[in-house]
Amino acid sequence: MTAQFMQGNTACAEGALVAGCRFFAGYPITPSSEIAEILSYRLPALGGKFIQMEDEIASLAAVIGASVGGMKAMTATSGPGFSLMQENIGYAAMTEIPCVIVNVQRTGPSTGLPTSPAQGDVMQARWGTHGDHPIIVLSPSSVMETFHLTVTAFNFSEKYRTPVILLMDEVVAHMREKVELPPREQVEVVDRVQTNVPPEWYFPYEETASDVPPLVSFGQGFRYHITGLFHDQRGFPTERLDEIQPWLKRVFAKIHNNLGDILMYEEESIPGARTVVLSYGATARSARHAVRLARARRHKVGFFKPLTIWPFPEEAVERLAHTAKRIVVPEMNLGQLALEVERVAGRHKVRRVNRADGELVTPQQILEAIEG
Amino acid sequence: MSTKLREEHEVYDYLRHSKKFPVMWCAGCGIGIVLGAIIRAIDRMGLDRDRVAMVSGIGCTGRMPVYVDFNTMHTTHGRALAFATGLKLARPDMYVLVVMGDGDALAIGGNHFIHAARRNMDLTAIVVNNNIYGMTGGQYSPTTPQHMRATTAPYGNIEPPFPLCELAKAAGASFVARSTVYHAKELDRLIEQAIARRGFSVVEAVSYCHTTYGRLNRLGTAVDMMRWLKENSVTLAQAEKMSPEERETKIVRGVLLDREGPGYVDLYEEIIRQARAAENG
Ligand SMILES: Cc1ncc(C[n+]2csc(CCOP(=O)(O)OP(=O)(O)O)c2C)c(N)n1
Ligand code: SF4
Repeated sequence: MTAQFMQGNTACAEGALVAGCRFFAGYPITPSSEIAEILSYRLPALGGKFIQMEDEIASLAAVIGASVGGMKAMTATSGPGFSLMQENIGYAAMTEIPCVIVNVQRTGPSTGLPTSPAQGDVMQARWGTHGDHPIIVLSPSSVMETFHLTVTAFNFSEKYRTPVILLMDEVVAHMREKVELPPREQVEVVDRVQTNVPPEWYFPYEETASDVPPLVSFGQGFRYHITGLFHDQRGFPTERLDEIQPWLKRVFAKIHNNLGDILMYEEESIPGARTVVLSYGATARSARHAVRLARARRHKVGFFKPLTIWPFPEEAVERLAHTAKRIVVPEMNLGQLALEVERVAGRHKVRRVNRADGELVTPQQILEAIEG
Repeated sequence: MSTKLREEHEVYDYLRHSKKFPVMWCAGCGIGIVLGAIIRAIDRMGLDRDRVAMVSGIGCTGRMPVYVDFNTMHTTHGRALAFATGLKLARPDMYVLVVMGDGDALAIGGNHFIHAARRNMDLTAIVVNNNIYGMTGGQYSPTTPQHMRATTAPYGNIEPPFPLCELAKAAGASFVARSTVYHAKELDRLIEQAIARRGFSVVEAVSYCHTTYGRLNRLGTAVDMMRWLKENSVTLAQAEKMSPEERETKIVRGVLLDREGPGYVDLYEEIIRQARAAENG
């Protein structure tokens, strides 16, 4: 494959196509619009469909509808649109319909700084919708990683029947880097599990050994019901405690029993490190640079980059907290993932480095925190 | 018993014979009549029920899909048309019916309603108009007539109502029709025509909510409200003979618009064909 000079948003669109995405519904918003533009151009020749909906609420609704119809589907947005999508993210979680939601974060709250980077939606991605539910959130820090994590987002959503959020930021989305995309046949693509039972026996929410029931598309002879209400194994509304509890347990179990597969992170120079810098997204680039500068000055510093933000890589961070004296968490917000690190490591072990004014956290700022 | 039921009621065969009965609607509510009409229309058309999807939003009307043996989806309040849009694009071969209450379709879902009509999205929208929010207990809706009472309009509603059919026509629908739950047989024929028409078709099924709207406005029992629908509705032909003032006070029944024209689904298939041809050529 030849090397190309590519933007993060383009890599996202390309990753989606390789993963088998054949449906996109969205509403334009900076800094995510290129994803919609590219897919509107590329999807038809692949037999896919694009539609620009009237708003973000409708966009995610259409995506879920298309997924029920059997198409791998995604939408892309930024903060204000992501807020509008929350109710339907909950719907996808409740109904276990695979879909991918890209949020290219910008500085907020509200319309904030439309073209400036931020990482202010970490908690919204986890807790934005109402109620108790697990979620998977992935965050890339380079163009190449955006390609891979978009594929992974689709694979996870199909494998675990769950909405998956790709949490990007403006820097990664608009940055251009040299990438070499792998040939299509070398990319692992996962499709949702189908059933081999006859329609009368198909229960769309049955308990299975893997905790993920097969999902058959509408129109294939399996006539079943989907609802955002708590439902029994057939999908019919229920208020029975002996049906609600097992559902809750199963949707949490399908994520928590597979943490080994879902949790992805990178470590650098961790053994012997007294200080570890934990960072994700665009900030991780400054962080890695700062760590290398610090090590050149003979500081015992390691680097940890979670690619999976939610579920939070709790055990790995616990291990860091055990061996290191301090964990430095730089973020383009006033402390969001740091809260989670503090929960696991203890508040006195965590040093936050924050800014939320639309500017990147610089390596110098992080270096000061490492040395200070 | 079941053979007799099956012979007497064509709907029997389409119901889900599981633990989900009796229905959750109040005794005497008109929503069940609309469901019956939808089933009769589908039965008469002989549609393959594997290719029928029923999508709803939230409300009393929104509970319809759970009872019928199609591909059914109960979505979020107001968003049924948007979900249905995605489903229809993924499965153009399916008949996608969208059932909504008036609040569902025109308040929270008003934007989706006008845009689905504008796109001429190939869907059949059936709006059960009971002039009120039934499920949440009788708050006023965008179709509550002026001066009528609701739990949130204790002094009488001061907002003018949305004319649902006029809105659908102006926004770009292909087919618009109206009838009432008193005219159950007429309703199923209109729904049949709506399903048969490609593009966005709307059927307003005028119903009532005797337990909230009826009680608050002292309109009597379900039977009284049903009788009112009978006495206060006219066919299109009858309406044409009336003065505009007189017509204003009546519910006009019949096909209010029927036009042909390409919609999003067909136009997009054409785009796919062109894009593929360009790719291969
Ligand atoms: C986002 C959201 N807002 C409000 C509600 C509460 N709610 C449930 S049903 C309903 C209105 C029902 O009225 P209508 O759509 O006219 O249907 P009906 O019950 O009369 O058939 C409302 C406001 C909700 N479920 N979701
Ligand atoms: S509350 Fe009103 S609309 Fe709802 S079922 Fe009862 S009568 Fe029908």
